[in-house]
Amino acid sequence: MSVTHTLSPASTPAPAKPKAPRPRADFECALADASGIGEVQRRLSLPERLANNDAVRRAAVLVLLLVIWEVYARWADNPLLFPTFSLTLETFLHDLLDGTLIDRTRTSLYPLALGYAGGIALAALFTSLAVSSRIGADILTTLTAMFNPLPAIAVLPLALIWFGLGVPSLVFVIIHSVLWAVSLSTLTGFRSVPETLRLSGRNCGLKGVRYVALILIPAAFPAILAGLKIGWAFAWRTLVAAELVFGVSSRSGGLGWYIFEARAELDTPKVFAGLFTVILIGLLVESVIFRVIEAKTVQKWGMQR
Amino acid sequence: MTASSSLELVQVRDVTLQYKTPDHLVTATYKVSCTVEQGDRYVILGPSGCGKSTLLKAVGGFIKPVGGTIVVNGREVREPGPDRMMVFQEFEQLMPWKTVLQNVMFPMQATGKYWKSETRERALAAIDKVNLTKFKDVYPHMLSGGMKMRVAIARAMALEPDVLLMDEPFAALDALTRRKMQEELLALWDQLRFTVLFVTHSIEEAIVVGSRILILSPHPGRVRAELEAGDLSYADLDSPAFGALAKRIHTLLFEAPAPGTSSEGARPLAAAS
Repeated sequence: MSVTHTLSPASTPAPAKPKAPRPRADFECALADASGIGEVQRRLSLPERLANNDAVRRAAVLVLLLVIWEVYARWADNPLLFPTFSLTLETFLHDLLDGTLIDRTRTSLYPLALGYAGGIALAALFTSLAVSSRIGADILTTLTAMFNPLPAIAVLPLALIWFGLGVPSLVFVIIHSVLWAVSLSTLTGFRSVPETLRLSGRNCGLKGVRYVALILIPAAFPAILAGLKIGWAFAWRTLVAAELVFGVSSRSGGLGWYIFEARAELDTPKVFAGLFTVILIGLLVESVIFRVIEAKTVQKWGMQR
Repeated sequence: MTASSSLELVQVRDVTLQYKTPDHLVTATYKVSCTVEQGDRYVILGPSGCGKSTLLKAVGGFIKPVGGTIVVNGREVREPGPDRMMVFQEFEQLMPWKTVLQNVMFPMQATGKYWKSETRERALAAIDKVNLTKFKDVYPHMLSGGMKMRVAIARAMALEPDVLLMDEPFAALDALTRRKMQEELLALWDQLRFTVLFVTHSIEEAIVVGSRILILSPHPGRVRAELEAGDLSYADLDSPAFGALAKRIHTLLFEAPAPGTSSEGARPLAAAS
């Protein structure tokens, strides 16, 4: 009896459901006066607009990190292990002004630019082959699957045997680190171009190189750009790591050698200044060059938020 | 040929089309024949799976027939070409990296059919015809679905193709925009008298847009009938002629009772007639 009582719907009081919607009278009325709301469109206040600005928000994050660094280093008070930001900055400015850092950076940037450009050129060649034939695609996917996970540093000993100590070895390992990452994302980008867009391109009679250049590359540009960014990061870290491993080729080493040298001299502020330079260049390329390219292309086209 | 052959623009003769899925070889149409004449608003109507889009793509040159021939303006179709411009259902047919104006200019530049100085003028005129002059410098992602479709139509029209191929162009639009676009297309046709091959699965749309309707049966697509649609418009929605035609098409499409395969456009019309 009690069981049937709890299961009975009548025990929970609910409004009775009518069989059909209740008919109500129609009405028409004049529009309400909307002038009470004031301006329909109002400019946001300055703090609101600043908070919407990416650069301002990121700069704030950067400043916060620097403050934490400075406070912690002062509290730890051990310049040999963890120098303060101000000390690092001082060393950085000193070496920047006497030209050492600029020299080192230039030495590093030369093989970097060569390797990056070479990697991209090869990636363009490989992906062009991959989109034009199925076997080309199979070759590229297999090669990427094999070589992309292989750390560039692991290839360095081989590069040293083949090319000896110097720029060619560096360029070789940088190409290795750029090529597969860029190819992979470019191929993914090409593959995700909407079918309709391909058909409209072919409808205009486009074929071969013109089809790739006028339809596929712009349509896959978000993925290609992402690949270029990853490739850049890979190239940069490969270069610094390679310099740390085989040090100096002739008399002038790059940034990696600068850091390595400072460590040998237990000059920790200098190690920090070297790392600082690496980070600074990375930030600069990322937030200036790539940002501008993004804003002028994929964001303007609405292909990326 | 006969005296009427000068009017015959698209000739589809015994066309059998097949395409491959990873597991199957599917026959989309079997020995379909039809003739589209100059100035026709020729609608291909059929339930899903009757190969109507595949047939249109074959006329566009994107798919090669397994059997039969397709001749457009005296030339056999072998590959895609700008003499048969296609308007698709999807909105991604516009290039997101080009403005409205650049999108309309693109096929003219790519084909080199017109002088450089001429393309801009022609593009602006085409954009004006679809009432988008205000938006000519805007990128596609800022346009509504109906506007994107207008750009696609303007882009195709600017090239003055022999025949305009439309693959369910308004299917992805909301009902109100769709109706407006159908009326705009008809107004444009009144002005320019182009030839259009139009694929749809809606009986109502077929009657309103078409001057002649080809009805295909599904699995595989075969010709069931070809009807004269005349100039019935939305104003005639309640007229006996509209109802009778809709009912006739409905019977032709669904003669053999197949539960659960009614098309969306069919139900309200069947009820109205």
